[in-house]
Amino acid sequence: MSKGIVRHDFEPKIMGFVCKWCTYSGADLAGTSRMDYSPHVRMVRLPCSGRIDPQFVIKAFEQGADGVIISGCHPGDCHYNEGNYYARRRNLAFRNLMEFNGIDIKRLEFSWISAAEAIKFTQIIDKFTNQVRDLGPNEGYRALLDPYASRLVKSSEESAA
Amino acid sequence: MAKIGVFVCQCGNNIARTVDTADVAKDASEQSGVVFVEDYKFMCSAPGQEAFKKAIRDHDLDGCIVSACSPKMHEATFRNAAEAAGLNPFKVEIANIREQCSWVHNDKEIGTAKSKDLTRMMIQRVKYNRPLERYRMTMTKRALILGGGIAGIQAALDLANAGTPVTIVEKEPSLGGNMARLSETFPTLDCSQCILTPKMVEVQNHPLITIRAFAELEKLDGYIGNFKATIRQKAKSVIDKDCTGCGDCWEKCPFTVESEFDMNLIKRKVIYIPFPQAVPTVPVIDRANCPKFLKDKCGICADVCGPDCIDFTQEDEIIEEEFGAVIVATGFELMPNVYKEYGGSSMPQHLIPKKMNKKQRAAQPRSTSGRLPDVINGLEFERLASASGPTGGEIRRPSDGKKPKTVVFIACVGSRDASKGVEYCSKICCMYTAKHTMLYNHSVDDGKAYVFYMDIRAGGKGYEEFINRAQDEGAEYIRGRVSALRKKGDKILVKGADTLQGCAVEIEADMVVLATAMVPQADAIDFAKTLGISYDKHGFYSEQHPKLMPVDSSTGGIYLAGACQGVKDVPETVAQASAAASKVMQLFSKEELMREPEVAIVDKEHCMNCWDCVTVCPYLAISPEEVKDRNGNVVKMVANVNPGLCQGCGLCNTVCRSKSIELQGYTDQQVYAQITAFEGAFV
Repeated sequence: MSKGIVRHDFEPKIMGFVCKWCTYSGADLAGTSRMDYSPHVRMVRLPCSGRIDPQFVIKAFEQGADGVIISGCHPGDCHYNEGNYYARRRNLAFRNLMEFNGIDIKRLEFSWISAAEAIKFTQIIDKFTNQVRDLGPNEGYRALLDPYASRLVKSSEESAA
Repeated sequence: MAKIGVFVCQCGNNIARTVDTADVAKDASEQSGVVFVEDYKFMCSAPGQEAFKKAIRDHDLDGCIVSACSPKMHEATFRNAAEAAGLNPFKVEIANIREQCSWVHNDKEIGTAKSKDLTRMMIQRVKYNRPLERYRMTMTKRALILGGGIAGIQAALDLANAGTPVTIVEKEPSLGGNMARLSETFPTLDCSQCILTPKMVEVQNHPLITIRAFAELEKLDGYIGNFKATIRQKAKSVIDKDCTGCGDCWEKCPFTVESEFDMNLIKRKVIYIPFPQAVPTVPVIDRANCPKFLKDKCGICADVCGPDCIDFTQEDEIIEEEFGAVIVATGFELMPNVYKEYGGSSMPQHLIPKKMNKKQRAAQPRSTSGRLPDVINGLEFERLASASGPTGGEIRRPSDGKKPKTVVFIACVGSRDASKGVEYCSKICCMYTAKHTMLYNHSVDDGKAYVFYMDIRAGGKGYEEFINRAQDEGAEYIRGRVSALRKKGDKILVKGADTLQGCAVEIEADMVVLATAMVPQADAIDFAKTLGISYDKHGFYSEQHPKLMPVDSSTGGIYLAGACQGVKDVPETVAQASAAASKVMQLFSKEELMREPEVAIVDKEHCMNCWDCVTVCPYLAISPEEVKDRNGNVVKMVANVNPGLCQGCGLCNTVCRSKSIELQGYTDQQVYAQITAFEGAFV
């Protein structure tokens, strides 16, 4: 039944936030051209990369994502003239915040993929999937969520023992 | 409690091959709020849509998910069907399980898992979709055409004859474009100007067409139906309405410079019309070269002008006009000769600046002024062969005016050459090279024409026959490339290879004609950014769909015609121009324009007037608004969105601190709901 895709011990969960004018169309083009790429990514279609709120990314990590990919139109090509510039700046600031909080910034990919760049889309998805797979499960974030939770569980176990 | 219907499409075998659609439907049926699921072979077919409508009516659904192809394909189909069945169209969402799942993964287990996930995400999202109403808007039923070549002329005539007022903006002093430069056209050898100039005159005389020659578009604001164009009418130094086009000024003008229209092969006057049949027949003064402007000397033109319409103090005029639709027909130019071996400069294509000022452009290698003056390009040959050209239609070489006895034509210079030129085939060169050999053979009886070619591509009505005719008339076709051109006395030694015979060939030629590649205008990319349309890596403007929407640009209300969209010959350009015109007619045939309601709205209660949204809005659609109490006192200021200007990018939604402005259709709630359903299960 299953063929073609190799199973690994750990399969990353990846969330994508993409602009509908470029990357989403690029992904559609990859489909129309029947290109193969890693099946881990689930994409959310947004009107512009400038619509991507950093809180979406945090929410995705909270939801168990091991990696998040953000992609928009190339600089100068934004359908709304300047939305992707806001996305770029926001990404720069947000990466620092993530790093400060102890999340590996390799788990957050930011790229420009135009509607014509189906090959680039598949390459980025494949590369990022492998990168996140190498990093392993995003346990760091889960620990961050509630630093006391694990201790509480442990102590209750201890007391039961 | 939501009542959601999920419709999983098998798309024949397209989805069903790698996705177990029954399993996806079963999984969806277990989600909270889902009251109806269906797994069907072709949801988009007539019976599929009927089943969709019936389910909405029978189960009184208040939200629908169609797990099928990309929303770009059938979102509109299902939204219309939902509307017909009495459900608000914006309560329908598409889960893309074909383009982004079944077609890209070949593992059924994994494909099914991903499809379930994508469907689940949409089920959660649709719960927060609000019923939205489309906006009705008025529109300005006037069309703006950018470029006055054959594409612009054809589109303008088609539109004006259908009753639409049209404005043509042309950067040169006359309409005509590149087609006016051609001597004769393939495959019928009819004279280009004879078929073009009557159309130009028709444009001039048409009551509904306004020609803005020697003008450029500076800025384009607005959106489909309501564009606002800022046009710079460059100073002609001649008062249009008084000029009779008598020609006294340019006859008496004592100064000359190289004529751009004649590919710098001949001089023109400083006050000039580009060619005798120019439309409008109003001359312009070339201020960069006119001594009146440089040193305040001369001024003869003003002295001889009968109607007294020369105005040296005229300034550029900025015109703001409103239009409902735009047709872009900016055309092409020929690639500069970058081949050192062909007498050009060896500057690689990618180092040539995309946008050049006049000085840089003048410094560009031109074959006529390069090391080998008798190596010319196709358009230069057209001017030599043209009856209105510098030699009056006799083919004489540029260096000494002798009739060339041997001419070598080299095809595919720059085309199909990814390393130094462009990857694509310029499509028209095979045909015009054959035409050139014929024109040459008709002009010089004892001449011999050689053609070096890679392949002959003559797909078109009467095209192959035309190539055969060229060969019958004496042109010798040699399959192979030319490695070098060397100067030998007053001749050019052409060193090449004949790959069919497997030998080296050397020909002593009097003149060499290069069929250089067709490329977009040098400023095409900057212009695309002015218009806000997308372009490909070469600078050709992208159509919305390569097969089914070949004249729509990526932006609504802007259409493409001619060689600015890709390489084309004249018949194709004319066909596309007419197609673009018919698209504009279609748009203007309606009384009002319906706009999608995916625009931002403000929660006035919570807005705390920080004006971040006003700062980021690229369309100036948000402005402060006063909130008054019942006595008319201003209580506070809040943001207010003009839905006519809002394009739905959502930048305001992201920056809003109090989350009191949101983009309908892409609200935070919807996105969070979608993320919450994310499981990312692999199998």
